[in-house]
Amino acid sequence: MVETRVIDGILGAYQNDAVNLLQILLKVQSVEPKNYVSEEVAMYVANHLDIPISRVYEVVTYFAALSHKPQGKHVIQICNTTVCQLNGFNEVLKWFKDALKINPGETTADGLFSMKLTPCIGACDISPAIKIGTNVYGNLTKEKVEEILSELRGAIS
Amino acid sequence: MKFITANFDQYDGKDIQAYIGLDGFSGLKKAIEMGPLATIEEVKESGLQGRGGAEYPTGRKIEQARIEKAERKFVICNADEGEPGTFKDRELIKKDIYQLIEGMIIVAYCANANEGVIYCREEYDWMHEHICTSILKCKEMGYLGDNILDTGFSFEISLFSGAGSYVCGEGFAMCESMEGKSGRPRSKPPYVKQEGYLNYPTLVINVETLSAITAIMKFGTSNFTDLGTPDCPGTKVISISGKVNKPGVYEVPFGKTLEEIIALAEGVKGDKRIGFVQIGGASGGILPESALKTQFTYRELKSKQVSVGSGAIVVADEDDNILDYLENVGQFFIHESCGKCVPCREGNRQLEILLGKFKHKTATIDDVKMYKDILDMMSEASLCGSGRTEPVPFKTAFTYFEDAFALGGSHEIL
Repeated sequence: MVETRVIDGILGAYQNDAVNLLQILLKVQSVEPKNYVSEEVAMYVANHLDIPISRVYEVVTYFAALSHKPQGKHVIQICNTTVCQLNGFNEVLKWFKDALKINPGETTADGLFSMKLTPCIGACDISPAIKIGTNVYGNLTKEKVEEILSELRGAIS
Repeated sequence: MKFITANFDQYDGKDIQAYIGLDGFSGLKKAIEMGPLATIEEVKESGLQGRGGAEYPTGRKIEQARIEKAERKFVICNADEGEPGTFKDRELIKKDIYQLIEGMIIVAYCANANEGVIYCREEYDWMHEHICTSILKCKEMGYLGDNILDTGFSFEISLFSGAGSYVCGEGFAMCESMEGKSGRPRSKPPYVKQEGYLNYPTLVINVETLSAITAIMKFGTSNFTDLGTPDCPGTKVISISGKVNKPGVYEVPFGKTLEEIIALAEGVKGDKRIGFVQIGGASGGILPESALKTQFTYRELKSKQVSVGSGAIVVADEDDNILDYLENVGQFFIHESCGKCVPCREGNRQLEILLGKFKHKTATIDDVKMYKDILDMMSEASLCGSGRTEPVPFKTAFTYFEDAFALGGSHEIL
């Protein structure tokens, strides 16, 4: 779990008010190296906001941007909605599957990458598109996918 | 044609001084000079309708918000642009956010609301900092905060991030998510405008609608209504994508034909013919190439069972399979259904099974009847606007692409 003072800081920024639960959980997840809201963190947040832990889980499990399972350092979101489907989503998915040897919903053994399918990310003008962290990549080709992955791998070492 | 997007590429979208140099905040000043009631009349006069997809008359909406009396009142800018194929709000935020903020101030001033929120989708998190910085700059310049331009009127804006839920673009679902709950629509009445966020009167209004209000106040209503057609005045910001050579955001006057609009994107890739187009988002209607002479106005599209919606146009070519496309739309709805009401939650699952039968040419007469019944049930009985409009692509595809829905045995089985 991340240091409690980091979570305390986030809770404080949102006035320890349960009405801000969604924003709190997004922030808490963003500082967690494994990109998720662990049970420990969920419990800590619930206790400090004086709400039942079920309420925290209701929100965590409802929203696609939140996860209650550990994820890779980089979560690769591949758009599978209409426009990307027309423009080659199936190929993009195959390129990532081949390169990472995982299926959507899984994480690589080294914990670097998770892959998940996501509805429209609003990048239809550069479709087929994906999003990793706050970066959107579009007009994907096999070469571009390899480039993106090696860049992200390089940034770690 | 540039009215709402007049400032695009005229400045970097960040420099507030440059925005002011382009006559920025003159719309707000004019609204203050005219007063709230005359400004509301002006917006009514413009014929502006909600640009997120609900198409509710904007002037009336602001007027209704003004009438509500409460301790607190909210204006929420709906920047939860989640309709597949839609990215015009993204451009309006990226390239001219001050126009949007100015629109929020004008609306809040008219509705007498003191608290504003920009509800931006999580997928646009790369713009969140830009939004916050721009809000702060407006505050520094005295356009937000206490006693704005010596009017005695105070207004603050904050940013709220969505978390990847399509349904949260619906007013009540949005309010629920802002209150730290899962984003599921509430039953109406009372309406969002009466008891929305934290049960206070809340005016939820789309990015483009707000941007258009600023432009209308700045350039004048008659300059807006001179564009478009008499029964459908003004311009619309359209997102064109799919199998076109130059996908992007284009502002067009109402009344152009779909063909003319698609031509702006320089035609279909690989010199192919258009197979079909979907208009207005995932829950928008699907039209064949033969219907592309239809004028882009609320009324003309309605005559084809289609609506303007978010203004998205997704183009598929002659090789794309309509049933594959519908299956994809259906999977999107299954993924995004909040699960609260049965018609949307279960209806989409049943549609998926039926589409499979059509695809494999094993559908029977009973399946066709079931397909139509489910669609009618969803339109009639769903709780929110999302569930009620989800049947539109399935209905229109059935109307215009009869062959694809052929019964088992009547076609060669592949």
